[in-house]
Amino acid sequence: MQFTFFHLMPYRPLDMAERHKHRAAWVVLPNSLYDPKKGADEYQSYVDQLVYAEQLGFDVIAVNEHHQTAYGLMPAPNLIAGMLIARTTKAKIAIIGRALPLVNNPVNIAEEFAMLDNLSRGRIITGFVRGIGNEYHATGINPFFSHERYQEAHDLIVQAWTRPGPFSFEGEHYNVRYVNLWPRPYQTPHPPIWIPSQGSSETIKWAADPQRKYPFLVTFSARDLVARYLNMYREQARQFGYEASPDQIGWATPIYVADTDERARAEARAGVETLFNDFLATPFQMLLPPGYMSLPSMKNTMRMRKALGARKRLTADELIESGTVVVGSPRTVRDELSRLRDATGAGKLIAMLQFGVLPDELTRRNMEMFASEVMPHLKN
Amino acid sequence: MPAAVSSHKVRDVTVRMMRQGSGPPLLYLHGANGLPPWLPMLETLSRQFEVIVPEHPGFGLSDNPPWIRNVGDLAMYYLDFIEALSPHPVNLVGLSLGGWVAAEVAVRNCTRLATLSLLAPAGLRVKGVPMGDNFIWDGEESVRNLYHDQSLADRLLAQAQSMTDDDADLALTNRFAAAKFGWEPRWFNPGLERWLHRISVRTLIVWGDDDKLFPAAYAARWGERIPGSRVEIIPDCGHGIALEKPDAAAKEIMRLIAGMR
Repeated sequence: MQFTFFHLMPYRPLDMAERHKHRAAWVVLPNSLYDPKKGADEYQSYVDQLVYAEQLGFDVIAVNEHHQTAYGLMPAPNLIAGMLIARTTKAKIAIIGRALPLVNNPVNIAEEFAMLDNLSRGRIITGFVRGIGNEYHATGINPFFSHERYQEAHDLIVQAWTRPGPFSFEGEHYNVRYVNLWPRPYQTPHPPIWIPSQGSSETIKWAADPQRKYPFLVTFSARDLVARYLNMYREQARQFGYEASPDQIGWATPIYVADTDERARAEARAGVETLFNDFLATPFQMLLPPGYMSLPSMKNTMRMRKALGARKRLTADELIESGTVVVGSPRTVRDELSRLRDATGAGKLIAMLQFGVLPDELTRRNMEMFASEVMPHLKN
Repeated sequence: MPAAVSSHKVRDVTVRMMRQGSGPPLLYLHGANGLPPWLPMLETLSRQFEVIVPEHPGFGLSDNPPWIRNVGDLAMYYLDFIEALSPHPVNLVGLSLGGWVAAEVAVRNCTRLATLSLLAPAGLRVKGVPMGDNFIWDGEESVRNLYHDQSLADRLLAQAQSMTDDDADLALTNRFAAAKFGWEPRWFNPGLERWLHRISVRTLIVWGDDDKLFPAAYAARWGERIPGSRVEIIPDCGHGIALEKPDAAAKEIMRLIAGMR
């Protein structure tokens, strides 16, 4: 397997009592709750953790983009990627991803990735996403056109990377008279593109298309859903007439390892519960604005939510039982991960080893134990 | 008594439509929550007019043609609709999103209009007077914030408890259409304010004094921009004027049509 150390960079000093006076830790959470001195310390810790992951033998270190939220402090993840290029030598650096529909000129995304690719001499992996629904509230971009803008921005960026410039791009949302990237990407034909997703069937079909064969990553889902979506991707590839390689399949999950199951659960509890209940939890109308999903998908989602009833606080035990997070002794974690790997043929694991309010010291121990006790057993 | 619901085709687009009464035609354009039930306000108006209430393309069970992507497209659709409807000039009435569409129709071409009644229309933005954010409100807030009278909101919320899955699907379809037309720029067209002087028919602007979506201060701006228009502020009334103050709204519309500015 290929191992990625992934960071969200949450704002851990958040006053949770204040947080719950607001709808979400997103968009409407007053930024007076952000203390720049504490925030600067957070950035330092998190960048150090990403750099340390290379020393521990992770193949890839990864960041992503979120806006106006304590959930993740990277509205501009390429800035972090720039630092990581300077402080590492061999790890791939993944930005998974940039939210394409949120920008009004996707050429900027193509340019920045091309710069990073040159600066790193080809160590960059890109990710193309649409952003969480909250981001359409934060930016004002119309979620009704999210899918259209994503497709068009994707086409524009890939053409900018691969077609000799200058050329014109003529779209519905994006019209650019001169597309002519200086610099061009370092990698040929262009940096890898990964597709993190919650598993919509439209995305699976699009990513698995033989023209693209983009690696598909299911994020933050219960193990049954991870298996279902990854196998949907494999099945889709077969329908296209080929067998998906392990490199095309992966999943992202919070993981915590300690010497015993009991200790792991005790140490991970606060981090896991704050991640899902305080940082991520968002009302429906923010998380899934109209048009963010297709109408049939949204109708199904609404019915499922109605059947589930009122939302309540998730416990770490529940999240562990459902396999949404993987927490335990090295043996427990190895078994859980290898079972899902074997059930799906996945060759990529995106490990989130810092999550929620998990402090630096526990994060470091978690990273070290994962690298020494879990990773070697799962490497091919 | 509920009006008959039929389907109506103009160009390549078939929409659901309610139609009742006889007399001069009155076309009512509904708001972003979709085709309403046959409201008492419509019943009152139907005693003097032939009241025609189409469900906008993209909403509910009406067609959703891919070429209708914004309010300008919808206005062009209604220009075709009005030309096909009747040789007589039409009294055009619109609430909220429907008011915006009506204004976009009127700035393009008033020759087939008799009068224009705008009930708390979307379409303008007054800097420094923020609108409410109906897309971030939850289900209960959305109902409460549309009305001044919270006992009315209580009744509507109680009714919503018995919503069927089909009703919920229609509401979701309507929400998608509302986002398409209103998300960005949020509920306004930056050009519209510059064009309102082109409205040359008798125009009425009605606003609830307690509108939490588009504050009543917006009424004055509409009044300033449309030559000779009349502004009426209804006391103890929220954004959902047609439901909350049907008699006052119907009375003002009938006064306008009767020729009193």
